[in-house]
Amino acid sequence: MSVKKIAKKDFVEFVETLIRKERVFGVQAKGDRFDFAPLESAQDLRLDYDVTLQPPKKFFQPPAEVLMTFEVGGGYQSQYDDEPFVLLGVHPYDMVAINQMDELFSQDNYDTHYMTRRNNATIVACDVAKPSENVFASSMGTAVVKSGYDVLLTDIGDSYVCEAATEKGEKLMAAAKKAVPADDAALKSREAVWAKNKKGLNRHELKCDPAYLPKLLAKAYKHPVWEERAKTCFSCGSCNQVCPTCYCFNVQDDVNWDMKTGKRERAWDGCLLDGFTKVAGEHEFRKQRADRFRHRIYRKGMYVPEKIGGQIACVGCGRCVAACLPDIANPVAVYNRLIDDLGIG
Amino acid sequence: MIANLYQPINGEIVEIIDESPTIKSFVIVPQSAFSFATGQFVELTLPGEGEAPFTPSSSPTVTEKMEITIMKAGRVTERLHNCAKGQPIGIRGPYGNGYPIDEFVGKHVYIVGGGVGLAPIRSLFLTLVDRIGDFKSVVCRFGARTPADFIYKDALLGPWQKLDGVNIKLTVDQANGDWSGNVGVVTTILNPKDVDIANAVAVVCGPPIMMKFATVNLLEYGFDPKTVYLSMEKNMSCGVGKCGHCMLGKYYVCKDGPVFTYDQVCKYPKIWE
Repeated sequence: MSVKKIAKKDFVEFVETLIRKERVFGVQAKGDRFDFAPLESAQDLRLDYDVTLQPPKKFFQPPAEVLMTFEVGGGYQSQYDDEPFVLLGVHPYDMVAINQMDELFSQDNYDTHYMTRRNNATIVACDVAKPSENVFASSMGTAVVKSGYDVLLTDIGDSYVCEAATEKGEKLMAAAKKAVPADDAALKSREAVWAKNKKGLNRHELKCDPAYLPKLLAKAYKHPVWEERAKTCFSCGSCNQVCPTCYCFNVQDDVNWDMKTGKRERAWDGCLLDGFTKVAGEHEFRKQRADRFRHRIYRKGMYVPEKIGGQIACVGCGRCVAACLPDIANPVAVYNRLIDDLGIG
Repeated sequence: MIANLYQPINGEIVEIIDESPTIKSFVIVPQSAFSFATGQFVELTLPGEGEAPFTPSSSPTVTEKMEITIMKAGRVTERLHNCAKGQPIGIRGPYGNGYPIDEFVGKHVYIVGGGVGLAPIRSLFLTLVDRIGDFKSVVCRFGARTPADFIYKDALLGPWQKLDGVNIKLTVDQANGDWSGNVGVVTTILNPKDVDIANAVAVVCGPPIMMKFATVNLLEYGFDPKTVYLSMEKNMSCGVGKCGHCMLGKYYVCKDGPVFTYDQVCKYPKIWE
């Protein structure tokens, strides 16, 4: 697959032609923050962003989606959003999260709704140009990414190095007529960006190798940190909502006004929310906030990793740190506290 | 295209049996033969109302219809209780692992059940009785709140008692009417001498609090944690190990369970809460 270089002004032109041909979503300013949104002008694309408010998971698992429509007492009709689209500007840590979601939604029982969207996506990732206030991707080994994307862009000053990693990526970049093969100097500059980010995206520093986290947690079920932190938890689920690796959902039926037709939908849910585990008869598992708080940390650091070859399901984006009002969600603070008390090894 | 995981097949309620003041059994005929292993569960859709998970209480050898016993306990179950014969219904599944019957072969099967927990146990019981010669014995210890709350009363007090290789004892929390049996929670009729524990497996299904104390007793009697099979029902929703509601430690109860050995789950905190 090819590695090219394209001047920034030519890249803007390329994105303009892309927008005219395809359904394109890209990172844009939203007030003084950033978010993924439909891209109407290449000028609006902000590849110099620090972090987006929401991770790109919404393009593959929307906050709410129709799984099928039905007639009451009659048949069911599956519904799919199967229009191809291009996603511009996915940071490496978010790409790692998407790779994990791909594995989770395709393993055991293949989820056609997620995978239809995923297979229709062309992902243009981009290396981080400006670290966000709470990023700790360097600690989690997710500051750079080597797979999952179709194209990877790296800002090297006046131009981007663009690596097409798949057929889809090659096809996309073929439209960038002014791109030239990347020279050694460009590749060296890209290496320098990677080296810098591997160390520099680290506003919170984890005191151990992430691979050690499952072992750390195995001895921490009864640690006081869960109670201490959860004391001020609002059970608001903000940490779940902004997390690129949270994918819990609820399936529910909704009947239309005609009382004859309806739809089965799924919508995001969150393990921190009160009622998440409530069953008929009003029994609620993990009713205590501390139990729910602990569950989230264990899910990221121990339970999900077992399903995805040991990778930790926290990618260090830092969004939960920023979103948590009582400031208790920071996973690094929790892990480091456990390391301080329980040691390593 | 691979199938939509969330799409049910159609079925119809053909018979409704009153089991107790709050529990009914529904006989459901699916549009096509529906196979399941005993202990697996299905998601039932009441069109327009939503879904809920239930374990069939009938024998898995019958595939043209299934029986599901349902306690009125929440939104969907209340609507189900208001249904009449002929009600169209959706079915997804079967999901989960079910009981590992082949691992019970050559052993005593010690079954402890309570309340509506007898529903999945009935399916297990019928499966075991079908091949009773494969097991040393099937010993049942069942409890209910009052005599009226016992489901499958006719079978429990009649024909099941007379089956070769089967031993059944019942208890109620509170006696009334002409109840002449034991009074007390189900653990009061458990006895380490009921079976040869070294050659036995235990199966526990019922309300969480009952399961907790029954399990404590069984372990005290000397049951190996690997031989105590628990139905760890949680808020199973998607049924396919994705939606996260039923997680018990690293397990998705809907996919990895709902039957777990105590050994599998004991390391997790508060498994009954």
